[in-house]
Amino acid sequence: MSVLDLLSDHTLQVVAVGAGVLGLVNGALGSFAVLRRQSLLGDALSHAALPGIVVAYLLTGSKAPLVLMGGAAVAGWLGILAVGAVARRSRVPFDAGLGMVLSVFFGFGLVLLTVLQKRPDAAHAGLKTFLFGQAAALLKGDVLTMAVLGVVALAVLAAAWKELKLLACDAQFGASLGLAMGRAEALLQVLLVVAIVLGLQTVGVVLMAAMLVAPGVAARQWTGRLGTMVVLAGVLGAAGGMAGAVVSSVVAGLPTGPAVVLILSGAVGISMVVAPQRGLLWGWLRRYRTRRAPRLNPVLMHLYALSRQHPDEPEHGHRVGVLRTMSPRETDVTAALEGLARRGLAQQVGEELWAPTWLGRREAEKALQREEDSHVS
Amino acid sequence: MSADLAIVAVAVVTALAAALPGAVLVLRRLALVSDAISHAILPGIVLAFFVTRDLNSPWLLLAAAATGLLTVVLIETVSRSGLVGEDAAIGLVFSALFSLGVILVSKGAAGVHLDTDAVLLGQLALVPFDELVVGGVNLGPRALWSMGIILLVNGAVVVFSYKELKLAIVDSGQAKLLGLSPTFVHYAAMALVSVTAVGAFQAVGSILVVALMVAPPATAYLVARRFSAMLWASAGFAVTASLAGVAVAFAADVSIAGAMATAAGVQFVGVFLLTPRGGLLAQMRRRQRQRLEFAARMLVVHLAHHEGRPEAEVENRPEALHRHLKWSSHFVQRVVRHASVQGLARNAGGLLELTEVGRHLAHQLIAEGPPRPRR
Repeated sequence: MSVLDLLSDHTLQVVAVGAGVLGLVNGALGSFAVLRRQSLLGDALSHAALPGIVVAYLLTGSKAPLVLMGGAAVAGWLGILAVGAVARRSRVPFDAGLGMVLSVFFGFGLVLLTVLQKRPDAAHAGLKTFLFGQAAALLKGDVLTMAVLGVVALAVLAAAWKELKLLACDAQFGASLGLAMGRAEALLQVLLVVAIVLGLQTVGVVLMAAMLVAPGVAARQWTGRLGTMVVLAGVLGAAGGMAGAVVSSVVAGLPTGPAVVLILSGAVGISMVVAPQRGLLWGWLRRYRTRRAPRLNPVLMHLYALSRQHPDEPEHGHRVGVLRTMSPRETDVTAALEGLARRGLAQQVGEELWAPTWLGRREAEKALQREEDSHVS
Repeated sequence: MSADLAIVAVAVVTALAAALPGAVLVLRRLALVSDAISHAILPGIVLAFFVTRDLNSPWLLLAAAATGLLTVVLIETVSRSGLVGEDAAIGLVFSALFSLGVILVSKGAAGVHLDTDAVLLGQLALVPFDELVVGGVNLGPRALWSMGIILLVNGAVVVFSYKELKLAIVDSGQAKLLGLSPTFVHYAAMALVSVTAVGAFQAVGSILVVALMVAPPATAYLVARRFSAMLWASAGFAVTASLAGVAVAFAADVSIAGAMATAAGVQFVGVFLLTPRGGLLAQMRRRQRQRLEFAARMLVVHLAHHEGRPEAEVENRPEALHRHLKWSSHFVQRVVRHASVQGLARNAGGLLELTEVGRHLAHQLIAEGPPRPRR
């Protein structure tokens, strides 16, 4: 089967579109989680959603995506509330609260799953795919549901743009303007819940956090503007999702969720290295260049500083002893001076008396100029 | 050893072994590192498994511990670049490594006993059937031996480097001044976390490792005020949570590991609500009392203000308080009752009168003026 055949394959189209929608919504909304430093909230949320999925199934007996997503959303929302309650009302720090909610909710979900497994009907079989996700099982209807919910979430994002932007950038300033930052935060949490719930079936509980955060982190490296970042993250997420779906259908037995996450992680790595301005590569290059640049010779610099005391008398000799106290780290000042003399930068003008040559003075001035430039840049 | 007893023993030993490094993680605000490590060790285990073809090989433990350390180093490298927040660094690094592990499993271990379900969920119920046989002698469940050894190591480290650990947690600057290396302590602790996570994860799975490492120490953090107390309480809560979890799992025939995690969570909520010092109920009671106290002071000032003037007939009545101070009539009743219990005022047939003590307090409050923020 050629690549072209593959791309016209109906199942693959559905899966790729689904993963793309997912990446788009998660990338755009996840940018805010990245900026709010709440990346791991997504992790806790997706784990906390598991019992909700099972309970929704237990109550309704339906495996319709909307029903399961509803259950997941309620449980995820409860999880967020629980983290907030622990962090605000107890001495236990935020991260421990997060870890606890994540694992305890998930454990409870497992208990419920085993309750379900004892039932005679095998209808629960699909629920376990939520652990790791199963993109291949996506149906056209699922993708449609995801797309509609995703568009709604993005529309809400656009409508509340000003508040959410202030929340992400400077919540205190927003509060001082009289905007309801508490309400904006709650809205953001609802949006994050929606984003995560959308993807659970496709990517699975464990990898959802990366799906949410990776596009935003990558986009952040390329821009300092929120609008650009959100759009870029959405595009990156969509591209990563589709690429992952294609790759996993080309390579037999390659699960989609992990493929998407690895592709997005690669995007983050590349962005961190080569992005203009922020990229690590430029820092490394700068450091390499400064290391290559000749080091200032301290003895020459001191000699130059002394000679500046006698501007009219360039040949005025300065004592080796003075230079020795000025450069305590130089073990052998005389040897250093002789070295400078060999390079034509300094000359001996008497017993224990030295002066810089014209060349030496120029060299010192250039070195100072370089030093100044490198501090400016 | 009966199968049930073996499960209980492994559960308790695993919970204990996880709680000790967990206490260090919670105190150092690194609780989520346990999440990262317990997921990220997967590729290490899988690679070692491909080489040794033996799920019980000690090399798996070493490879996993090395991967765990690598995870910590990677997270620190990424977050120290300054380009990515620490939270995002944790999320990204462990997801990438875990993805790698899942792909390795699905590509290479097909048909071999290493499925991702077992990785995530663990198989405590199967523990009794995997016994350690040395020279024809059955020594009991293998997991009990491996977790027992890990528990001993963790216990020994905590006992013998108690002082160093404590100093590194409480004041790493001071620790450095005294010639200890907080970095070394940090990485040693992370190595212990990794080894424990690997050992525990065969029994309870990677996500419930997090529950065992974080929940009992977090519960202990609610009640303990000293490092030693924190360790003891963590151990105690680990034992109670695992026993309760196993009991529930046996009774209801559900996932043992899941039940243990749930029990640990329920235990936290219970302690969180009921702790006399700082518990949620205690907080609510205190806030309630403060509110009444403040309202009673407002009441005496109000009464003193109008006392002996013609309008007192109207103002110093419960109905007026309801109107003027915007208190609900129920709250007015409570405040008046509180004030009379405290001997500040009394209700003389619908008219509120100050006692001598109440009058004195009122004048004192008026003289003081509004409370100023303390410097």
